[in-house]
Amino acid sequence: MLADKDRIFTNIYGIHDKSLKGAMKRGHWDNTKALIEMGREGVINVMKESGLRGRGGAGFPTGLKWSFMPKESDGRPHYLVVNADESEPGTCKDRDIMRHDPHTLIEGCVIAGFAMGANTAYIYIRGEYIREREALQAAIDECYDAGLLGRDNKCGWDFDVYVHHGAGAYICGEETAMLESLEGKKGLPRLKPPFPANVGLWGCPTTVNNVESIAVAPTILRRGASWFAGIGREKNTGTKLFCVSGHVERPCTVEEEMSITFRELVDRHCGGVRGGADNLLAVIPGGSSVPLVPGDQIIDAPLDFDSLRELKSGLGTAAVIVMDKSTDIVKAIARIAYFYRHESCGQCTPCREGTGWMWRLMQRMVEGRAQKREIDMLFDVTKQIEGHTICALGDAAAWPIQGLIRHFRPEMERRIDEFTRNAEPGARPVLEAAE
Amino acid sequence: MSVRRLAEDHDQPERFAFSDENAKWADATIAKYPEGRQQSAVIPLLMRAQEQEGWVTQPAIESVADMLAMPYIRVLEVATFYTQFQLKPVGKKAHIQVCGTTPCMLRGSEGLIEVCRRRIHGEPFELSEEGALSWEEVECQGACVNAPMVMIAKDAYEDLTPERLEEIIDAFEAGRGGEVPVGPQVDRTSSAPLGGLTSLTSEAEAGRTDTKSEDGKTAEQSVPPSKAGRPSTSAPETDATVDSPSPTKSTPEDEEVNTDGRAAKEAEEAGREGDSSSGNAASSATSGSDVGRDRGKPIKSVSGTAKSNADGDRGKDADEKDGAKTVQSVDGGEQGSAKREDGEQPPMIDKPKQPDDLKKINGIGPRIEERLQEIGVWTIRQISNWSDAEVAWVDAKLSFRGRIEREEWVHQAKVLTNAGGAE
Repeated sequence: MLADKDRIFTNIYGIHDKSLKGAMKRGHWDNTKALIEMGREGVINVMKESGLRGRGGAGFPTGLKWSFMPKESDGRPHYLVVNADESEPGTCKDRDIMRHDPHTLIEGCVIAGFAMGANTAYIYIRGEYIREREALQAAIDECYDAGLLGRDNKCGWDFDVYVHHGAGAYICGEETAMLESLEGKKGLPRLKPPFPANVGLWGCPTTVNNVESIAVAPTILRRGASWFAGIGREKNTGTKLFCVSGHVERPCTVEEEMSITFRELVDRHCGGVRGGADNLLAVIPGGSSVPLVPGDQIIDAPLDFDSLRELKSGLGTAAVIVMDKSTDIVKAIARIAYFYRHESCGQCTPCREGTGWMWRLMQRMVEGRAQKREIDMLFDVTKQIEGHTICALGDAAAWPIQGLIRHFRPEMERRIDEFTRNAEPGARPVLEAAE
Repeated sequence: MSVRRLAEDHDQPERFAFSDENAKWADATIAKYPEGRQQSAVIPLLMRAQEQEGWVTQPAIESVADMLAMPYIRVLEVATFYTQFQLKPVGKKAHIQVCGTTPCMLRGSEGLIEVCRRRIHGEPFELSEEGALSWEEVECQGACVNAPMVMIAKDAYEDLTPERLEEIIDAFEAGRGGEVPVGPQVDRTSSAPLGGLTSLTSEAEAGRTDTKSEDGKTAEQSVPPSKAGRPSTSAPETDATVDSPSPTKSTPEDEEVNTDGRAAKEAEEAGREGDSSSGNAASSATSGSDVGRDRGKPIKSVSGTAKSNADGDRGKDADEKDGAKTVQSVDGGEQGSAKREDGEQPPMIDKPKQPDDLKKINGIGPRIEERLQEIGVWTIRQISNWSDAEVAWVDAKLSFRGRIEREEWVHQAKVLTNAGGAE
């Protein structure tokens, strides 16, 4: 278990003073100038050595990402865009950072902006987080008043932070869709390349990072790469905010070390699975877009990027959705399919048509009003969508259903059998088209 | 994708204009983006238009397009793409957005939707009979560890049951929506686990000692940290010091008290008037004096933490005038702190044959009831007899951080005992 002294977000529940003074008391904004004086290469090297992997879902090494920005400006300004469009079902970690510990994020913006030669940051916060936006803006105003932001500030790096917000589109969590949205357009993802590090916001070099990735940076620089790298397993280092929701006794958000086992996480912080560990059916370990893992496989598995990949799932945003044996698992996944149908931006045909098709078929699977060969067809369709779209939303829509079929096919077949058995004698098999 | 169209022509108003305040705000927002990139402000502007009008009207879309020099179609695209924009009129008193995505579904959001169907309308987006309410099912609102939840206007109401949602709907229908505490509807702090922290406990200890030195008075009134994390809103989740949602609303007077000068002045008065003066002033003075007396002690010690906490507004004085003996507020402070030490233990009793249900008092849940019983509080009559000093003692003893006073337990208890007597 992570000791309190190793926790980065010491006010994640908001029980202490949230103001700049309070944050300084907890050690934030402590001689930020010295961190800037490490130099651009110095900062990036520490971030690389710390092994920090992006906290937004994909797990791309943050230090490496920062190093992709052009070393010399060609006249175009550089931008840092912070992805606070936290919309992945199950995830609510950034919300707590922004409403309770906003100064970790703001200080991180200065450091990250310096490391990539950017003088401006836009924090794109989802439209539903209204109070969080107000809290963040108030904290930023306070930093301006205290001379920590703006021109000729105390940190030694001219920096402006602006808060921008969306209006309820999940797709804007995708980095290029976010840039489109920030430019005042519909949130349609862009084709890559060119990558945002070359052509991003308003055609300028841009890096998009998750809130948590940015917010941990100052503490890593202050305490050293080896401290952060010493927590967790190799290549899966550091601390992580886990959001445990669903069928546990006491759902909560908690900062823990990477690679903590599922059992320890749930028993220590959440009062265990509802009805005991034997009552665990399945877990979605990283937000709705990763495949579920059956309970017996995950119960003692370490929660990190690589071990969950071995289980054919992923850490994603570390939003752990727990389902006990009372869950209608097919319906739970069907609801996720509805979510993706609702949130598809409509740009690529496989995703626009496929998400709706999958949802309609999943609805019939919930009742069992289907044929067994349709399970194979459904699996095949998910494979047709995966990898054939501009952004990862197509993959994200396909994976939960693949996970369901991989692990709960007997349950789906049982429903079909039951429905058939209860059908009226002489009733014709399902002939209606999938549309 | 969802198909979204503008409301019919006969629903559209004639014209739209931002109010003066909003127009000023809009200019400031447009200035956030580089020259020639004013189009970026389209989402914030449309959202502000929606806040002003209740929904996004066609004249509003055209007006925003004109302000940003955009073709109408580009703004129309944005308004129909983003689902947070309401394209039709919604309930005047409340538009209830129920999260129905899997994490909420697992914890019973279907029951909430059932309530909305029964109470408001069988279909989403339709107005209730009087036109006061409407509802919709939305996708994940990002409060999954507090599932199930609904969002009404700017605030989230979390950890709901269908019964609780009915009460909330009742309140909004009666126009008393502002009285419903926002955030978790059970006894927990934001996203912390129910029933006590499992992490950051050493920090929490420090936090508790903080509030002990606050004399058990309402911390949010006495020691304003400063304005960060504390926008001009009464929502507990953006309030710097409220640890759990409660019906408390900071009034304009409170805000005034919060300003340094005023607080110091009041503290002075508090010194003269002793116990009888306002709790705010007395307790802020307390922290001031603690700053003075215990400067330099490690954070661990009780008053040492008070120092750092009080840094928020009073520490500066203390820094300037080491020892703080000369600070105006000290007179009051000594009094205040003396009062703190005097905090009297109220009479305690053994478990009676028939203990009262303390949960009848709004603000006491099962866990707090247990803790009260542990120290010997078993009846509502006991609570009704507490004096201010005794309230302070209990508050400090159980680290309630001022909630006894905030939630007016004593008053509630008096009402309850009187009602009982009448029977």
